[in-house]
Amino acid sequence: MLSAYFPILVLIVLATGFALGALTLSHVLGPKRPNPAKSEPYECGMRPIGSARQRIPVRFYLIAMLFILFDIEIVFLYPWAIVFDHLGLFGLVEMIVFIAILVVGYVYVWRKGALEWE
Amino acid sequence: MQPINCYLGVSAILFCIGLFGVMTRRNAVGILMSIELMLNAANLNLVAFSAYGPKHGLTGQVFAVFVITIAAAEAAVGLAIVVNLYMNAKHVNVDQVNLMKW
Amino acid sequence: MTGQGVAFAVLAAITIISALLVVTIKNIVRSALFLALSFVGVAGLYILLNAEFLAAVQVLIYVGAITVLMLFAIMLTQQIMSAKISQTTEWFWLALPMALAMLATLIFFFAMRTYPVNPAPDALAVGTTMPLAEALLKPYLLPFELASFILLAALVGAIVIAREEKPGATD
Repeated sequence: MLSAYFPILVLIVLATGFALGALTLSHVLGPKRPNPAKSEPYECGMRPIGSARQRIPVRFYLIAMLFILFDIEIVFLYPWAIVFDHLGLFGLVEMIVFIAILVVGYVYVWRKGALEWE
Repeated sequence: MQPINCYLGVSAILFCIGLFGVMTRRNAVGILMSIELMLNAANLNLVAFSAYGPKHGLTGQVFAVFVITIAAAEAAVGLAIVVNLYMNAKHVNVDQVNLMKW
Repeated sequence: MTGQGVAFAVLAAITIISALLVVTIKNIVRSALFLALSFVGVAGLYILLNAEFLAAVQVLIYVGAITVLMLFAIMLTQQIMSAKISQTTEWFWLALPMALAMLATLIFFFAMRTYPVNPAPDALAVGTTMPLAEALLKPYLLPFELASFILLAALVGAIVIAREEKPGATD
């Protein structure tokens, strides 16, 4: 059973090896002649204003939080999708109840204006 | 397979690391991260007993699914509290939050 | 040592070392990233325990969502790269022996007891996703539906707590 995961192991080893190898090789072989223009965020673009490490608005957090809660909902949909055809109508009804409860939350969020991005 | 005690050992170590983090972290987000570590340790325990238990059952795994659900809800609400704390106090250091302390 | 033993050792080492870094490292952003690595290690241990659905959920929820939410919260509340201030409280030297004592107690009891271990844990190895789904939707129907209530409550609660109050809002 676990031998089925062998390709994944190979993938992980190859990906890690490639990333580490590329970084190490460019570190060892590449010439290092830094100058101020090269270390700017956009080497030939607009000059950045202020620091990029400022506090971001709370709205981003609300979106991330909505994502996590509906992500959980998706996680519950996966097992339902597997056994859906031999649960029949019963399975459909329980999933409709499950989703209906979360739709209430979705409507609440919408009406509260948390999805608006003025 | 490994004997179950190996998994229990990893789970115990993970739990104690989380406990240590909860007690020493000053940043509220750090405390929440440590709590997630502790929940993971509990999950590992549940899944280990689900796989090794005296009779085959998936009760442990079902429990773990619900623990993950609760953990996500807890993270959402906990971090909302942290964000609100920041908006009111301009910092998230739990040892300086003493508004309600006499 | 079998391949499985090696896999267990590597995954356990990844999990524990990155968990240690999570609680000790100064920079909270790096701490969150090591948290993700620790969760990946736990997902690998789930696979060793024949819980492949849980491993997928672990990666999806913990690594993909909760860590990202933590990073958002850090970016919301900090000058993120300023690791100048101490991240630990003055309780360090009290917390360390307490955590170690807890660990010793747990390990002692785990080592003392022999568990009624199923002799052939690989019998379930045909894949546990299908039986897990059956269990979730038939005997555990009520907790399954209650989970959606929990999510609803968390949704409403988090929105109410975290929303910035606009000065002219009517509600």
